[in-house]
Amino acid sequence: MKKYILDCVVVANIPLNKRYFLLRVSHPSPFPRMLPGQFVELRVDNSSDVLLRRPISIHDMNYETNEMDLLVQIVGAGTLKMSELKKGDLLNMIAPLGNSFSMPTIDMKHVLLVGGGVGVAPLLLLGRVLQQYSCKVSFLLGARTASDLVQLDSFSQYGEVYLTTEDATVGEKGFVTNHSLLKNKVFDKIYTCGPTPMMKAISAYAKTNNIECEVSLENTMACGFGVCLCCVTDTTEGHKCVCTEGPVFNLTTLKW
Amino acid sequence: MVDLGINIGNLQLKNPVMTASGTFGYGTEFSDFFDISALGGIIIKGTTLHHREGNPYPRMAETPAGMLNAVGLQNKGVEYFITSIYPSLKTIDTHVLVNVSGSTIEEYVQAAEKINDLDKIPAIELNISCPNVKKGGMGFGTSCASAAEVVKAVRKVYTKSIMVKLSPNVTNIAEIAQAVEAEGADSVSLINTLLGMAVDAEKQKPVLSTITGGLSGPCVKPIALRMVWQVAKAVNIPIVGLGGIMNATDAIEFMLVGASAVQIGTANFIDPTVSLKIVNGIEAYLQKHNYSSVKDIIGLIK
Repeated sequence: MKKYILDCVVVANIPLNKRYFLLRVSHPSPFPRMLPGQFVELRVDNSSDVLLRRPISIHDMNYETNEMDLLVQIVGAGTLKMSELKKGDLLNMIAPLGNSFSMPTIDMKHVLLVGGGVGVAPLLLLGRVLQQYSCKVSFLLGARTASDLVQLDSFSQYGEVYLTTEDATVGEKGFVTNHSLLKNKVFDKIYTCGPTPMMKAISAYAKTNNIECEVSLENTMACGFGVCLCCVTDTTEGHKCVCTEGPVFNLTTLKW
Repeated sequence: MVDLGINIGNLQLKNPVMTASGTFGYGTEFSDFFDISALGGIIIKGTTLHHREGNPYPRMAETPAGMLNAVGLQNKGVEYFITSIYPSLKTIDTHVLVNVSGSTIEEYVQAAEKINDLDKIPAIELNISCPNVKKGGMGFGTSCASAAEVVKAVRKVYTKSIMVKLSPNVTNIAEIAQAVEAEGADSVSLINTLLGMAVDAEKQKPVLSTITGGLSGPCVKPIALRMVWQVAKAVNIPIVGLGGIMNATDAIEFMLVGASAVQIGTANFIDPTVSLKIVNGIEAYLQKHNYSSVKDIIGLIK
């Protein structure tokens, strides 16, 4: 897919809780098609304080209004500065980047989307796109506490939503891998994005139950388009760049 | 009309802006962003005789005004380059140089010998300064004797232009430059990355899998400028300056202290079109200051 360098305009910056915010951006000309699982590289400011771009998952696309939503967690200096962006601010972006989640095959009746923390971000666009397929969609979303589970109304448009929190403030107590859903239902495919321990646990469940599974990795990157070779993950075919050959990997190719 | 053309030994560049090895892939990765033929040259990523997997993840740490990398020369080897990459480079209308590295002198020689046969490649950049490999790399570039030995051996088999990439991790870089000049290097490029380290205080661990890595970005520019200035006074062969160049002004600073051309590295990650902007920026500077040729500003600062 052709990559573009786009000077976007911030339409809205909505705090969702103390650490998460929803950044909505637009562009003077229509956005190119973005696939679920793809990401963008943002130039946060032009200073040396935040030198490198920040890779952020595409949370949602609205081609009618020509708006892109990014769900961001404040984790460091770059995302903190992003949280301070205001309506009308310019934001330089390279997009679209990376591969995408692969679509279910016709025989798949029920797919599960498992997200943890800010890793839920790419699952919304995936859920939206999965509407075009005949399979049933369920979301299993986990966080430390209820306030960290965001965008639930948006997710519920596209499927059933099941929740876990570590402190039992909402949903079942514990981690997503302990949720009763996994014991009671049969899935044909699992898509997952979130903290590595969570994705590894879900992957173990998928392997045990012989379910096809795709994971989206979030390795540290310098460039985002395959030239710095910093974001590699170890696969059955050696080191592969998460930015160009991922971020989505079929579980069978990872050495997990 | 300003003349941006410059010679690096017998290599004629249409302008003094090249891209640094390891930051520009094989060039084709940038074709969505601009026509790379507009550059003076591109230097493709470090190539070794044999396939190298590189170092384990994590390989990168962002640091104040810079970054550390510990990629470790991941590449599929010179044969793969020749059969799978080289054919696609033939349509690029600018000089394509291959950065060559090795663990032993024999590996440098064998890789250089194979590349010597490629018509489209007019020069190699001999990498005796990679800080991220256990054997070879920087080990060769930190003493005059071993730097000279590599260049001497490669000079015997490589008939085209040799640019030797120098390590800043030395006490006296001018002496190393003189040593490689004496063995027939056509030019030198400097600086490669500075050996550095990043620590995660919460985890109480190094950030990089290799503990140390190579520092690049705007934070290294003052060191790079100083070293280019020192080397310019010590050798007669052309110098290609690099280290933290982010814009045309930075590039001009390197030329003023003695570089005949420049390489753009880390900045490519941040703005993939930056090297083209630097070509245009140098031209605008020369016009503003009434120079007819870019050669007129080289080494104005003695």
